[in-house]
Amino acid sequence: MKQAEFLNVVMPFKDKLYRLAKRLLVSREEAEDATQEILLKLWNKNDKIEEYKNVEAFAMTMTKNFCLDRLKSKQSSNLKLVHSNYTDENKSLQKEVEAKDSVNWVQKILEELPEQQKMVLQLRDIEEYDFEEIAEMLDMKPTAVRVALSRARKIVRDKLTEKHSYGIG
Amino acid sequence: MELDKIEELLEKYFEASTTVAEEEALRAYFSQESVATHLEQYSPMFQYFSKAKEERFTKQVPLKPRRNYYRWSSVAAVAVLAFGIYFGNDYLEQKAQDEADARYAYNETKKALNLLAENFNKGTEKVAYLKEFEETKQKIYKNN
Repeated sequence: MKQAEFLNVVMPFKDKLYRLAKRLLVSREEAEDATQEILLKLWNKNDKIEEYKNVEAFAMTMTKNFCLDRLKSKQSSNLKLVHSNYTDENKSLQKEVEAKDSVNWVQKILEELPEQQKMVLQLRDIEEYDFEEIAEMLDMKPTAVRVALSRARKIVRDKLTEKHSYGIG
Repeated sequence: MELDKIEELLEKYFEASTTVAEEEALRAYFSQESVATHLEQYSPMFQYFSKAKEERFTKQVPLKPRRNYYRWSSVAAVAVLAFGIYFGNDYLEQKAQDEADARYAYNETKKALNLLAENFNKGTEKVAYLKEFEETKQKIYKNN
């Protein structure tokens, strides 16, 4: 496979790899490094790439494994948190600040989830994969994906309501 | 979309039994300005999801270097090898040829020297006659 063809294959989902990596690793630099590493690994396998029936799912699985390994090896030393900047919303300032705050909260809540729930939520609510695809990527049963997803969504909801009603922000 | 429909979807959503399309509808509902007050608590969640989708990988896709090095190094190695075999063979042949030449020259020289030695020997034989001459000369001297 030529480089141009490879890029055509990879371009549509490279952002998804990056977002999954960032969801797991939190730090932007770490996620960027991880994504580059994954793409490079994929490129080195590129003569075999046509044999995989779903390159995207394969790449997602690679990203998952890579990031989990990374987390394991980094466990002793702390990862730095780098928050990305949020763009403006066209609302009144007061509302904007509030919204920004609570949207920020969602990110913080997601950071506290266990890895598996993080990944399931990321793949479903942000990348919009269906259960079969997620099951393939994470090597789980579709029913297990559904259970993990429901659990994750409820945790986010409960924590958010907690914050909402106590007004801590 | 009507409110009761949204409420129903939300319930299904937390049981993870909504379809991707239904979730899309939820996100669309919560991204608009006016959200029913009793549902407002959910909006950050869906807004966050919509926003998180927009994050992009901005770094370069790093493909070229490593791989090409490997590829060319093998080509280079083969080239060197072929070069070595090709010219190495020539060199060996040349060396063998030189050796044969040298041996030939040695043999020829030896032959020539042998010839010379033979002829010298012949010469010495002839010189032996001179002794005869000397003896006779002595006899003549004594007689006188």
